[in-house]
Amino acid sequence: MIGGLFIYNHKGEVLISRVYRDDIGRNAVDAFRVNVIHARQQVRSPVTNIARTSFFHVKRSNIWLAAVTKQNVNAAMVFEFLYKMCDVMTAYFGKISEENIKNNFVLIYELLDEILDFGYPQNSETGALKTFITQQGIKSQLQTKEEQSQITSQVTGQIGWRREGIKYRRNELFLDVLESVNLLMSPQGQVLSAHVSGRVVMKSYLSGMPECKFGMNDKIVIDKQGKGTADETGKSDLGGSSGKQSIAIDDCTFHQCVRLSKFDSERSISFIPPDGEFELMRYRTTKDIILPFRVIPLVREVGRTKLEVKVVIKSNFKPSLLAQKIEVRIPTPLNTSGVQVICMKGKAKYKASENAIVWKIKRMAGMKESQISAEIELLPTNDKKKWARPPISMNFEVPFAPSGLKVRYLKVFEPKLNYSDHDVIKWVRYIGRSGIYETRC
Amino acid sequence: MPAVSKGDGMRGLAVFISDIRNCKSKEAEIKRINKELANIRSKFKGDKALDGYSKKKYVCKLLFIFLLGHDIDFGHMEAVNLLSSNKYTEKQIGYLFISVLVNSNSELIRLINNAIKNDLASRNPTFMCLALHCIANVGSREMAEAFAGEIPRILVAGDTMDSVKQSAALCLLRLYKTSPDLVHMGEWTSRVVHLLNDQHMGVVTAAISLITCLSQKNPEEFKTCISLAVSRLSRIVSSASTDLQDYTYYFVPAPWLSVKLLRLLQCYPPPEDGAVKGRLVECLETILNKAQEPPKSKKVQHSNAKNAILFEAISLIIHYDSEPNLLVRACNQLGQFLQHRETNLRYLALESMCTLASSEFSHEAVKTHIETVINALKTERDVSVRQRAADLLYAMCDRSNAKQIVAEMLSYLETADYSIREEIVLKVAILAEKYAVDYSWYVDTILNLIRIAGDYVSEEVWYRVIQIVINRDDVQGYAAKTVFEALQAPACHENMVKVGGYILGEFGNLIAGDPRSSPLVQFNLLHSKFHLCSVPTRALLLSAYIKFINLFPETKSTIQEVLRSDSQIRNSDVELQQRAVEYLKLSSIASTDVLATVLEEMPPFPERESSILAKLKKKKGPGAVSVSELEDGKKEAGSEINGGGGAESAAAASNASTPSPSADLLGLRSGAAGIGSATGAGSLLVDVFSESGTAATASSGTDENFLRDLDLPTESSDSLLVDSALASDSTPSSALGSEDPAPALPESDELLHKFVCKNNGVLFENHLLQIGIKSEYRQNLGRMYLFFGNKTSMQFIGFSTTVTCPGELQSQLNIQTKPVEPLVEGGAQVQQVLNIECLSDFTEAPLLNIRFRYGGTLQNITLKLPITINKFFQPTEMASQDFFQRWKQLSQPQQEAQKIFKATHPMDSEVLKGKLLGLGTALLENVDPNPENFVCAGVIQTKALQVGCLLRLEPNAQAQMYRLTLRSSKESVSKRLCELVAEQF
Repeated sequence: MIGGLFIYNHKGEVLISRVYRDDIGRNAVDAFRVNVIHARQQVRSPVTNIARTSFFHVKRSNIWLAAVTKQNVNAAMVFEFLYKMCDVMTAYFGKISEENIKNNFVLIYELLDEILDFGYPQNSETGALKTFITQQGIKSQLQTKEEQSQITSQVTGQIGWRREGIKYRRNELFLDVLESVNLLMSPQGQVLSAHVSGRVVMKSYLSGMPECKFGMNDKIVIDKQGKGTADETGKSDLGGSSGKQSIAIDDCTFHQCVRLSKFDSERSISFIPPDGEFELMRYRTTKDIILPFRVIPLVREVGRTKLEVKVVIKSNFKPSLLAQKIEVRIPTPLNTSGVQVICMKGKAKYKASENAIVWKIKRMAGMKESQISAEIELLPTNDKKKWARPPISMNFEVPFAPSGLKVRYLKVFEPKLNYSDHDVIKWVRYIGRSGIYETRC
Repeated sequence: MPAVSKGDGMRGLAVFISDIRNCKSKEAEIKRINKELANIRSKFKGDKALDGYSKKKYVCKLLFIFLLGHDIDFGHMEAVNLLSSNKYTEKQIGYLFISVLVNSNSELIRLINNAIKNDLASRNPTFMCLALHCIANVGSREMAEAFAGEIPRILVAGDTMDSVKQSAALCLLRLYKTSPDLVHMGEWTSRVVHLLNDQHMGVVTAAISLITCLSQKNPEEFKTCISLAVSRLSRIVSSASTDLQDYTYYFVPAPWLSVKLLRLLQCYPPPEDGAVKGRLVECLETILNKAQEPPKSKKVQHSNAKNAILFEAISLIIHYDSEPNLLVRACNQLGQFLQHRETNLRYLALESMCTLASSEFSHEAVKTHIETVINALKTERDVSVRQRAADLLYAMCDRSNAKQIVAEMLSYLETADYSIREEIVLKVAILAEKYAVDYSWYVDTILNLIRIAGDYVSEEVWYRVIQIVINRDDVQGYAAKTVFEALQAPACHENMVKVGGYILGEFGNLIAGDPRSSPLVQFNLLHSKFHLCSVPTRALLLSAYIKFINLFPETKSTIQEVLRSDSQIRNSDVELQQRAVEYLKLSSIASTDVLATVLEEMPPFPERESSILAKLKKKKGPGAVSVSELEDGKKEAGSEINGGGGAESAAAASNASTPSPSADLLGLRSGAAGIGSATGAGSLLVDVFSESGTAATASSGTDENFLRDLDLPTESSDSLLVDSALASDSTPSSALGSEDPAPALPESDELLHKFVCKNNGVLFENHLLQIGIKSEYRQNLGRMYLFFGNKTSMQFIGFSTTVTCPGELQSQLNIQTKPVEPLVEGGAQVQQVLNIECLSDFTEAPLLNIRFRYGGTLQNITLKLPITINKFFQPTEMASQDFFQRWKQLSQPQQEAQKIFKATHPMDSEVLKGKLLGLGTALLENVDPNPENFVCAGVIQTKALQVGCLLRLEPNAQAQMYRLTLRSSKESVSKRLCELVAEQF
């Protein structure tokens, strides 16, 4: 159980300090500052153990959030809570920054009181929280008793994430499939490791208590259906399975509104959505990933004082699609004394402070290629050890899901109100981003 | 000299540093540094040459980045270039970079050395100083190789500036400390010594550090410095405070130089030249006089400087230890400091007094301050000062004030700091033992000690009480009474229970007469503590119970009841269970006689160095109390307990003050004692084993444990052991550890006698080696197994043993053996088998010579092998008639050997029987008309002939005398056997 929660600024000054349990002393605040924030070498591990006290931290820009405990807690739970906490704060006052935290410290303490009780995480659904934790203090006077009891029954009830009586003139929903693709490739183009971690984020503006059903091209579902239909229709299915129509999901997690029993038995995803934005599911795939870009490096050492680098990137998707925000980062040796870069497209620059050449291209269509060549001058050193040649990394954004995931349907039923599935306006968007996308050189 | 921070200060550097200071996070700092590094790289790479200023600036930046903890792998070349600049600032930065960053195996070292050489050869003193500082800062072996020859020349050259001389002297000192083998003073020696006469005080101060260090290594070469140092010192001491303008520190003339001079003089014995000595004494007197003068300033610096000189002078006086007048004055001066309000002064005074107390001249003077010191012990706020006070009390203690000091320390113990309690306990224990005139006082003191600070009383302390009580008949009764009373306290410490259990078990009978301490009361008292004790104590108590059964047969049923109870006989602890079972059986099966033998009173412990003293030494290390002082204590302790009398201890005391010759003497004595103790314990052990059979193994086990603990050879006595063996010989050649086998240890005859009646046991033991023996004989043949155990953790190299038969023994005894492995690993044991054939009867014993190298020194030990004529005995049973018939047949005077002698051991018939059987003969029962007498018969088997032997032993219990008669067919056999057997009783 979480014993306490602290928020620090980048200097290690405490902005928020909330202790839930007696076993966490005041010195814990300082221990984290001294051993993690001000540590001599960078602390990589998100979990630090200091004097039998565990500190779990996440960093948002310059702000450190640290949860402290003396007990043997589930670390995944603690991090889930910390991320949720970040989400809640963002939902209340926007970007998490030192200034915002200082301006909203009363609100944050109020939130911390609500979402953690004696160290046990409670309801952290923003929608539900917003009904009773508000930024306008006087509003509670206006609230009628009825409203108050309604909130109570909602928060304590079975469907805590949605209140009754929501009405929209236009029923609308937005589905975002956000994926990040991670890759490590050898210089020869062999994939050493690759996976996609994705999220389905839904923004719903629906009236009443709608029952939704979400369908995608999950391999198990497709195969099951395929079998079912194969008995009846036979041949027609053979043609359909030839393309890349189904994907194998390695693991997935759902928002609490999804009925897991139904997913376990029929693998169908049905739920009553919270109002507004929420993350419906998270998943990971490792098979049959579409790699949007291919990086072909060519590094040649000319004597001890010169290095020639040529990097070709090839886009590997439909020509009609446009990739955006492309950035290639080519590391340079530590004894670089000068760099000359020539590139056909985009802009390239040697950034000494990062020891890398950064090549930026605004957008690039599919099935194209582009290249950069650089001459790096080196300063001879008396250091014998060779340059380690860190991998070339890449950032981009593409308008499709590299895992191949497709939304097949999202059906909405609201038996009590007079709108049907067809009346709902649905929007689907796919965004594929790069995670750690590296090619060795 | 232009300073870097002024005017032309590097703006770029300042901007860079302020940038880094303003970085908000580690990442930002790293980014800034990376950027700067890239910039510097491009600058260094650039085709056009950089001017000196920017080179200096960038090298400075690199240095700053390096000092922030980042790796720097370039810029060395630029730094080396800076060395050849003519500007001071540039040169200085270059040297700075090189001292910090250049590692010794760099390729650049040649270039650097070249630049340094140029600077050394230049006439510019600042450049020379910079170069010398760089050499000293790097101080590597390479530097020493390159410049060790050059620097002495600079140091003594007539035209070198004073500041350069100072740097050169200190630089040379540094090189000498890192690689002494490369610095050869040789022809420079006398000129370096003459630097003491230099006009410039700074040069003298620097040179004296060098000379002190050098003279510690080879004092002879620098001997001439004594007179120079003395004259210099006298000039400083006699100068007025205004004479040495720059070198007067708060009205004290050249305090650092004075201290260094006094320290240098401490490297040498007192000067032989009368004039020099007189001058020195004068100086010391002046220093002591000045201490009495009123201070010239109230500033603390003034008194600090003055006292520093004073303390150094006092330690010189103590070092010389030859001027009674000065010693007493020093002591009085320190006495004044004892009550000074400065804690540091009090501490230093106590510390110096500790060493003063060991000097014969000032011992009495130190004693006059006893009240102050005791007061310090009680009231001092600082624990380290209290500790010194305790040390001093220990050092100043002698017979006249022992009672007072011990009482004070005991009373202090109740409130003492936990960290020093154990040490005080040890000290009290030692003092009580050392100066005990009256042993009841000793027993009282130690029991008090256990009562007050039981937790801090180590095993050694209570072992020692028991040793002393057992060895002194006159205190046994008193001890028994005292422990009995002490045990009556409702809560007493476990150590008290141990002492009580042991002493009552041995001497409970001495107080059993009193109805208040009747046997049953004693037993109940001990048993009431039983359940509160740990396992080892319980084991000891069980042994005490079985001894009770022997002492007081009336308690037998009660004790058997206790032993039989489930909590004993089924105890989960194996040791306790075994003891309970075996003691129960022993008490129910064995006859009273057997019981009496098995549970006999413990024999007196052999004398040796007090184990407590060794413990204290180990604890303190080379501490405040000097070694000679401890040796002195040891000697006194030994003679005291031996009852050696006052004359001897007085001689020892006077010896101790002159260090070297008496140390040997002491070593010899303690070494001999060590051997005696080790073998004594060993033989006792085996006696118990061979006589009392299985039932008694447990009881012997206890004794063994107990003895082993007591007999842990103490380091100091044993390290002298081998030396003493060598030194005891009169011929000098063997004393030098040459190839000749060392003559047999003086104790080896004694060792031989231990083995007359038994075949197995420990022949020899010291701190390195233990030799065990196992042997068996049949007819005229024998086989002996020698076990050489390496007790150390290092290996013995070149281990070899030779068995020789001196003189005519060669024709009488035939011994064959194979050589042993020359390498004995630490902790390992090697075995050697000797095959022995007895050709004819013999009197001498063969010699065993052992030689090996341990840690580079040759060890050479010679022992007599315990092969005696009686080993070849065949027992012969015969009836009374036959015996007398034969007895009469051997009636010629030369066939008989007779000896009348006093008993050295208690006359116990069972023990006698055992020994006679061990001799190898048959013990004939019902032969002699007098049942007290023993009669034995046997045949000695040799290859040449068989010799029949008859033996008659008539003990006279009243007179404690024996008459031993031996008759055999050969005169020499009778005589030899008679000698051997007589030693046994």
